[in-house]
Amino acid sequence: MDLHELQQIARRERERRRRIRIHCCTSLGCHASNAIEIKRRLEEAVIAAGLEGEIEVAGVGCMGFCGHGPMVEIDPENILYEYVSPDDAPSIVASIHGGACTAGRGDKNHPFFARQYPIVRKNGGKIDPERIEEYIAAGGYRSLYRAINEMTPAEVIDEITRSGLRGRGGAGYPTGLKWATVAKSRGDRRFVVCNGDEGDPGAFMDRSVLESDPHLVLEGMSIAAYAVGADQGYVYVRGEYPLAIERLQKAINQAKKHSLLGSQIFDSALDFRVDIRVGAGAFVCGEETALIASIEGGRGQPRPRPPYPAESGLWGKPTLINNVETFANIASIIERGSAWYSGIGTESSRGTKVFALTGKICNTGLVEVPMGMTLREIVEGLGGGAPDGGTVKAVQTGGPSGGCIPASLFDTPVDYESLAKVGSIMGSGGMVVMDEATNMVELAKFYMEFCMDESCGKCIPCRVGTVQIYRLLEKITAGEATPADVDQLRALCQLVRDTSLCGLGQSAPNPVISTLKYFPEEYDALIKP
Amino acid sequence: METSSVSPHMRDTSASINDNRLKILEATMKRNQYRPDALIEVLHKAQELFGFLSPTLLISVARSLHLPPSRVYGVATFYHFFSLAPQGEHTCTICLGTACYVRGANNLMVAAEGAIGVSAGKTTADGTFSLASARCLGACGIAPAVIVDGVVAGNVTPRDLSARLVALLASPSKDESRT
Repeated sequence: MDLHELQQIARRERERRRRIRIHCCTSLGCHASNAIEIKRRLEEAVIAAGLEGEIEVAGVGCMGFCGHGPMVEIDPENILYEYVSPDDAPSIVASIHGGACTAGRGDKNHPFFARQYPIVRKNGGKIDPERIEEYIAAGGYRSLYRAINEMTPAEVIDEITRSGLRGRGGAGYPTGLKWATVAKSRGDRRFVVCNGDEGDPGAFMDRSVLESDPHLVLEGMSIAAYAVGADQGYVYVRGEYPLAIERLQKAINQAKKHSLLGSQIFDSALDFRVDIRVGAGAFVCGEETALIASIEGGRGQPRPRPPYPAESGLWGKPTLINNVETFANIASIIERGSAWYSGIGTESSRGTKVFALTGKICNTGLVEVPMGMTLREIVEGLGGGAPDGGTVKAVQTGGPSGGCIPASLFDTPVDYESLAKVGSIMGSGGMVVMDEATNMVELAKFYMEFCMDESCGKCIPCRVGTVQIYRLLEKITAGEATPADVDQLRALCQLVRDTSLCGLGQSAPNPVISTLKYFPEEYDALIKP
Repeated sequence: METSSVSPHMRDTSASINDNRLKILEATMKRNQYRPDALIEVLHKAQELFGFLSPTLLISVARSLHLPPSRVYGVATFYHFFSLAPQGEHTCTICLGTACYVRGANNLMVAAEGAIGVSAGKTTADGTFSLASARCLGACGIAPAVIVDGVVAGNVTPRDLSARLVALLASPSKDESRT
């Protein structure tokens, strides 16, 4: 494979295309709402109308507006249909030549779409994730070529460092610094690992990226492999995501077939292979040392750091671990440059972030916005606020490790530091919206039950502390607790936070601490004097 | 109620040596060069083939991968995905992730428990139905979500789910069509 071949594939793909493409979302949300049948009926309708020469139907990745699915889009007319049913298919095809359409029209100018800045999700809803040709025609693998042929590994790392990209898995560690550490570490072999163990309930952007644009992640990993000198990569995907696993495997096979993975990529010295490791349902495996233990075939239990995986990771070798969304940013940074990327977002948090808007919100789905947008803009502007005339009371970011932010603080800009200041975290990007009907003490109990179940049992503060916190919360919700119990709850939260071994335990008390801080009246109402 | 009496349709692992499933499992281990780090992959395959991981099966995997049985048992019990008990002919998994929880997944669980007659994590005595909960299916966009016999459904109401499960319970067993 060389640049010429890459361009040829892109050209052939463009020539193959019909003038009009009907995009049919086939990601999980729409998939579960009959999208495959819709796609089949659309294909039938195109043939029945004798328009095969002019119109093609393509199954594409996630369009983001999952709450209004199944979604169908006419390209290049830019017409969107929502809540489509298979019976709408003939009229959608007829509408292209002016016929009336029975499907509901979606609004592409709605803030939900208009306020987004897609980088990670640039191909979502546009290309067929199961065809590498479409990814290449959209400019794919050009950045990998550029990195290998026009840049040294050190220049690639420099570019990523200057872009200001920080880890999108939650902690926000500077990506360039991590790459530089791995590249400098001694070892006869290095590994690149993509963390797709998206365990935070309420977050599904990594699933969506893997389902919608798997090659974007693979290209990011290959560029990383070139930069740090790795020859083997692993993508660790949750077992709960069968569709993502299937599409990623297909993408790996196609990339291998086109010599974009394997030996001597682009006729260079770069050898890079990627294998999938399927998780088996353990939240703690999102923690990097636990994830390594799991890839090695063991119980997913974390170990103390240092040494960090960058120095001693998989089988004791230097290992670069980044999350799916982080890798999905890489190709665009190489293509458009660090100056462009660092111009987006805020001083300390550059670029965009994908958020999953869920819960009591009108517009459920995925949004990618520049860092620094306020919570209010996201929840009320893009999300449309609470449905059925309800009032938004709080938003929970960062899953079981994050905190609840009350509506009074919705002018907080979304960046790593600001969210930490109000007692939450960025996390992987889940935003669960609560309205007045949600009881915050019950919610804290819900999260604590989660952490209690998911504690791996290795360190005592987490294993025992989460159980005791849960019991205290049970006592409170049963109306049997005294003020002394609440004092003990606070003390215990502090202890578990300070003394647990890994991030799971250290952050497990966050939902309790933040609800105690912002919604004390809900606790007080349940306390016996 | 939830005794472990094994009904005839439950796929058990006391199959003969010539069982095709064992050959497939063997091939999976061979493809991974019997490496101990392939343990989780192998257990995934074993569960896919046999429905659950019996002690006999775990010991045979341990032998093939040259691992102590304690290590294999430790891994099998650590991860939620692996089941050491037979599963029912039908399964219903209700997502209890946050988005589903906020949108009333608890009511779905109550409805399902009522319809099937067992609590989450259990299988009916006759082995027809297993009820389970999931942490998050990543289907938050269509919350609350459930999986019935492997098919994901979204925006589910307790009444729909209950009707669906009662209908499945009443439908004749598909035993003969199973492999």
